[in-house]
Amino acid sequence: MQDTKLIIDEKEYMVNSELTVIQALEDIGIEIPRFCFHEKLSIAGNCRMCLIEVVGAPKPAASCHLGVRDLRPGPNGEPPKINTKSEVAKKAQKGAMEFLLANHPLDCPICDQGGECDLQDQAMKFGTDKSRFSENKRAVENKDIGPLVKTVMTRCIHCTRCVRFSTEVAGVSELGATGRGEDMEITTYLEKSMDSELQGNVIDLCPVGALTSKPYEFKARSWELTKTESIDVMDGLGSNIRIDSKGSEVMRIIPRFNDDINEEWISDKARFIWDGLKVQRLDRPYIRINIKLKEVSWSHAIDKVIEKMNQTAPERIGCIAGDMSTAEEMYSMKKLMDKIGSSNYDCRQDSSKLSIDYGRASYIFNPTVNGIEEADGIVIIGSNPRIESPVLNARIRKRWLTGNLKVSLVGEECDLTYPYNYIGNNPNLISDAKKIGLDDCKKIIWLVGGSVVSRDDGLPILSKVVEHALNSGSISDDWNGLSILHTAASRVAGLDIGFVPNRDSLSANNMKNGIETDLLFLLGADEIEIEKGPCVVYIGSHGDIGANRADIILPGSCYTEKNGSYVNTEGRLQEINRAVFPPGNAKDDWTILKLISDKIKQPLDFIDTDSLRKMMFKDCPNLLSFEQHHDHYLEDLRKLSSVKGSILDLKMDINIKDFYMTNPIARSSKVMANCSIQKSKKQ
Amino acid sequence: MNVRRIDLTSNDSFLFTKVNKDSANKEIAKYPEGRQASAIIAILWIAQKQNNGWLSESAISHVSDFLVMQKIRVLEIATFYSMFNLSPVGKYHIQLCGTTPCMLCGAESLKKVLNKEIGVVGSLTKDKLLSWVEVECLGACCNAPMVQINDYYYEDLDEVSFKKIIKDLKSGKEIKTGSYKGRLTSEPSKDPIVLLDDEIEKINIKRIKPGLK
Repeated sequence: MQDTKLIIDEKEYMVNSELTVIQALEDIGIEIPRFCFHEKLSIAGNCRMCLIEVVGAPKPAASCHLGVRDLRPGPNGEPPKINTKSEVAKKAQKGAMEFLLANHPLDCPICDQGGECDLQDQAMKFGTDKSRFSENKRAVENKDIGPLVKTVMTRCIHCTRCVRFSTEVAGVSELGATGRGEDMEITTYLEKSMDSELQGNVIDLCPVGALTSKPYEFKARSWELTKTESIDVMDGLGSNIRIDSKGSEVMRIIPRFNDDINEEWISDKARFIWDGLKVQRLDRPYIRINIKLKEVSWSHAIDKVIEKMNQTAPERIGCIAGDMSTAEEMYSMKKLMDKIGSSNYDCRQDSSKLSIDYGRASYIFNPTVNGIEEADGIVIIGSNPRIESPVLNARIRKRWLTGNLKVSLVGEECDLTYPYNYIGNNPNLISDAKKIGLDDCKKIIWLVGGSVVSRDDGLPILSKVVEHALNSGSISDDWNGLSILHTAASRVAGLDIGFVPNRDSLSANNMKNGIETDLLFLLGADEIEIEKGPCVVYIGSHGDIGANRADIILPGSCYTEKNGSYVNTEGRLQEINRAVFPPGNAKDDWTILKLISDKIKQPLDFIDTDSLRKMMFKDCPNLLSFEQHHDHYLEDLRKLSSVKGSILDLKMDINIKDFYMTNPIARSSKVMANCSIQKSKKQ
Repeated sequence: MNVRRIDLTSNDSFLFTKVNKDSANKEIAKYPEGRQASAIIAILWIAQKQNNGWLSESAISHVSDFLVMQKIRVLEIATFYSMFNLSPVGKYHIQLCGTTPCMLCGAESLKKVLNKEIGVVGSLTKDKLLSWVEVECLGACCNAPMVQINDYYYEDLDEVSFKKIIKDLKSGKEIKTGSYKGRLTSEPSKDPIVLLDDEIEKINIKRIKPGLK
């Protein structure tokens, strides 16, 4: 980084010479209007809104594609001089704005972007008060580009942010600008629907109301919404989101900036899931009497649970935690089970073989998401990051675009939006160093998918990967390349808490066959089929697979309705916040457990989330250990690499069959169902 | 110009012929490896020639597969340039220049002829022989007014000569390219009035020749 002296609006500043002028001005706090410029996209320079005066230049210059180091010093060697508020600059900006508004409809009162529209705001600040354009405005036909993005193309100002996003970040060139001049139109090829799992981001990118959210169409105004900062739980990445709610309803979900995790993107599942939060909800307790579920009061339901618990021997009571449980819930559940005297609890409903025996480094994404940008080789093993974590995949693509990245894939062949060297679909190929061919890479990421470790031979495969990584030097003191890509938001926290059975107790796999347990608690576990036999108590939010099997239903809350903590796949602890209250008589999940513990006269020792958290962090320091340097991870991983076992000669299938249908909320969502139909039609 | 959309009514199929494939590969060979997409305009032109003068959806699909490009990228190019037709054209596709110099020299009267003989702008005769569009300057202003029929220019036209051209096209006669006022390219239409021989002499005498002083 090298600093250059500039004279900006008669004042001297030191700015980073590697930046463009618009970035440098933003750094020192001068706001320049812009539409096409976006930090995360390539520079187009076609909106002309960011014009400024460069002293000595014959005409105004677009500051977005003018580099600081391209500015020339004055005649006597004085620093380059630019003016952002001079008459020349102002006139240029006003002129650009007038041209943009010439063809922009005046339909702000019926536009969903109204209130959060870049064009509105900048027209107020940098525009003129009237137009000299008295001819007819142009009109453009709307395009049908799928169930998620609504288009009102007459409003389009041709900034091409959406085109650049789909080409560069999403990696699926779907959008383009056809025609020229006045007839330019943004469209997909013959109005085919968009395919990308990140397409919702074009809604945020669009500076006007041309691309808006279809499900959110005419639902609310931005200033009526209560904004709650939270975390997405649709995949293991833990993207930062903002939940916008109105009254008791979640109206929409949009991303929050976090350069360490999701930058400013979120997947479509994270963004459009919210209609699933309102339907199929469990809003009161139920008890199954002769096949049919009957509504009952809380006290009745809890009494029934206690009755069952008293009838059952502790070692025949079990609990399975689901993919969207918070750390607090799992901790409370574990405490409760400990008090009862049972250790049949498991958070790995996909029968994953990851365990706490080999240290934290054996089950997290060690290089971190930011670390992807340092890597020079990636071996993807039995995973399709594009559907398991689309935003993480976009990060890999971003790294690939900068060059010198070798990607190899062992597993199911798929379109990852970047090219890779395909090795084959057999776990035995992992040890074939020649084929993988990353000998000259120093920082390799061994990306192991959740589907691999849930195989029967998951542990031997993982051990093989670690062994190979150790041998190739990609697990060393300064780089730990072992990366588990979790698809369940709760998984890392579950392992950190120790929500896994010990050697003598039952795992999820043993519990689901229905023989070894008599009473089974399902803490939001919906991806597992429980056989006939045990009495099932389902604590969760949606009427889905778990509730279908349940004998007693205790209604819990969704991730938008409670406070709690999640640990993402890289081991980073993040908090979710309550945006709305759970419907009907549903409760916070941990308070249900507290209620049960009080009734059995073995109360849990906390009274609110604060005291619960305090205890949890004291008992499970692992939760907080992100960014702490572990000296012993090498030892742990060496131990893991010495695990021997036979690797089956089976294809490595990916557990997620349908990106849009991975959890109970998504399965309740009509929008997700539409997307799923759209996708299956195309295949 | 109007909004240009692909005609989707015909469901033809398009594949490059052997000869065209070879010439398309020649175009690709002009660019470095991996930059085959740079040959897009030349290849679309070859495709248009093969497909009776217009680009159908199947032609665009085939070109996108041929160049390993996204279809939307090919469509962007095809809709950008007016030299690519997106709906069927006649065996003789007439492009009438309507820009200022041609207009001042009588392009309007040619337009009347076309309107009468073929129909409104953009139309195609039933026998698929003739079609016409109005285009911007074709760069033959010295010979205004002019039209382009397929690959050749027909210049210095007037109502009578243009009517004859169309009549000849209809009856399958060969038509002469170039000026219809008997000019060789864009030489002066009458005797030259400037730069006559003695004038040139004078200029030559006056001219200071470099290096000789």
